[in-house]
Amino acid sequence: MIIIGERINGQFTNVKKAIAEKDKKVIQELARQQTEAGATYMDVNVGTAAADQAGAMQWLVETIQETCSTPLSLDSQKPDVIAAGLKVVNAENGAILNSTPLNRKSDEEIFDKYMDMANQAGPKVNIIALTMDKNGVPQDIDTRVAVAAEIVSKAMEKGFDTERLFIDPIILPVKVPNAQVQPGNILAAIDQIKYLSEPAPHMTIGLSNLSQGATERSLINRVFLAMAISHGLDSAIVDVLDEKLMNVLATAEMLMNKQIYSDSFLKIYASMNK
Amino acid sequence: MPVPEIAESFTGAVNRVTLGATKENGGTRSSTVTVGGARNVVYGGSPAESGEKPVVAMDVLDSRPEDWPDVLIEPYKDVLDKPGDWAKKCVEEYGAELICVKFDGIHPDTGDRDAAHAVKVTEEVLNAVGVPLVLWGCGYDEKDNQVMPKVSGAAKGENCLIGTVTEDNYKSLTAIALADSHFLITEAPLDINIAKQVNILASDMGFPLERIVTFQSTGALGYGIEYAYSIQERQRLAALGGDKMMAMPAICDVGYESWRAKEAKLADAPGWGPVADRGPMWEASSAICLLQAGVDIIRMRHPRAVATVKNLVNQMWQNSNA
Repeated sequence: MIIIGERINGQFTNVKKAIAEKDKKVIQELARQQTEAGATYMDVNVGTAAADQAGAMQWLVETIQETCSTPLSLDSQKPDVIAAGLKVVNAENGAILNSTPLNRKSDEEIFDKYMDMANQAGPKVNIIALTMDKNGVPQDIDTRVAVAAEIVSKAMEKGFDTERLFIDPIILPVKVPNAQVQPGNILAAIDQIKYLSEPAPHMTIGLSNLSQGATERSLINRVFLAMAISHGLDSAIVDVLDEKLMNVLATAEMLMNKQIYSDSFLKIYASMNK
Repeated sequence: MPVPEIAESFTGAVNRVTLGATKENGGTRSSTVTVGGARNVVYGGSPAESGEKPVVAMDVLDSRPEDWPDVLIEPYKDVLDKPGDWAKKCVEEYGAELICVKFDGIHPDTGDRDAAHAVKVTEEVLNAVGVPLVLWGCGYDEKDNQVMPKVSGAAKGENCLIGTVTEDNYKSLTAIALADSHFLITEAPLDINIAKQVNILASDMGFPLERIVTFQSTGALGYGIEYAYSIQERQRLAALGGDKMMAMPAICDVGYESWRAKEAKLADAPGWGPVADRGPMWEASSAICLLQAGVDIIRMRHPRAVATVKNLVNQMWQNSNA
């Protein structure tokens, strides 16, 4: 499982404060904790508060890399913020550009721009592409799969290796009115998207979004995570510091025969994703 | 849409392990042996991905074997009581890349020899040959725990491969192997889950995963080789998939297992062809089968079988980066 740790995000109060005050220790401690907990990549999101988002991205990347070698996932919807992060990130170590839709009304070529940036940065730089286009986030299964098919097709035309492509079918908060059909739709979409190419693109989700505003957030997250893994999800952006969630992840992977069972399977899981 | 590239590639690799310590590294070996390093399945991918050549470790017993068939006794008849000379013969005449000293004689049922005997044999073999050694206990836990730490000490600093440790009996030998700078053999009874667990247990004691070689147990042709094959194959695939707890090179015991088979040794079997050929063929066939599953070190006994296997390895791995 490719686990992307979500905690270095300006939407969290402590991170927002650390960015504002240039407090390296808070960020480096989060990096250490997430690495120890088993993060394969660490997401880096400056949030919305920083006036200079590109500058904040560079400061975060440099700060993390001073003490930690876990590869980073540069998280922004703005190509210039990603580009700023790419200037300082250790791309040889691997990285993810998180994320781009297929296209936007304001920018038809945005996915191409991300692929160009990734290619320029090197062969270990991956992309998360959202099943979303200029019409917004699809609500049904078929449109999700159709957008994913266009993403895969565009990547192949450009010679962008599908193993470097992560498709995120966009999980919506279950508490939103009429959204309860969405988790089931996501599973059905994963079932189909993984057959779009050989090798298949990776499938990832921003798991915590599912439980936004709900009670029992951790429970909702981890039950859906197990369900999605059983449908072929092989990556997720999660709170790696949620121990119960990580135990479910380890167990679901073991039950799907992704890891060879041993009596110590839980204990060693965190060290297995490096 | 263009036709996608479907060549199999893997992210993981089998660990490279270098056995033996020369003078520069604090030992007395004249040569070292490196195994492992494969980044694909056997014969899969490019030659550069095939890693180091598999090697043959020839068995030398600490005491005269009581139950060996004549065909197997014949090449060693002058040296069966002299482990040093026996080892020398294996290296100089039969091309053994490693010598595996098998301490059957310390088992309570087959001699019950003491630690002093085992230490003397170890020293004799160390003095007689320059290749790295494999030091292998008798499988009787209590006796191995008494004797093998002394054997380990007698070969301290030589970077031997010593074993075996199991899920139920790993602590003393793991600790002493670590202290004496040896490599460790972790053993499992044809059970991949236990195999992984033993590696974790040894690792928990601080033993580096990069210094472990796994022994999954072996079955010879006709006697469970398919189980051994599928486990070896699964271990290789797990290593290639990035499972660090399963990324060790593998050793198998083809010599002992092959010569237990009645097909290998029964003299009075007219329909089966000459017994002088049958045993070596049985041993060579078993070894070649397991080579294809991805084993790195093969323990063997008959010189003709060894020659056949080495010939095959030299042809098939000639383009590897070894």
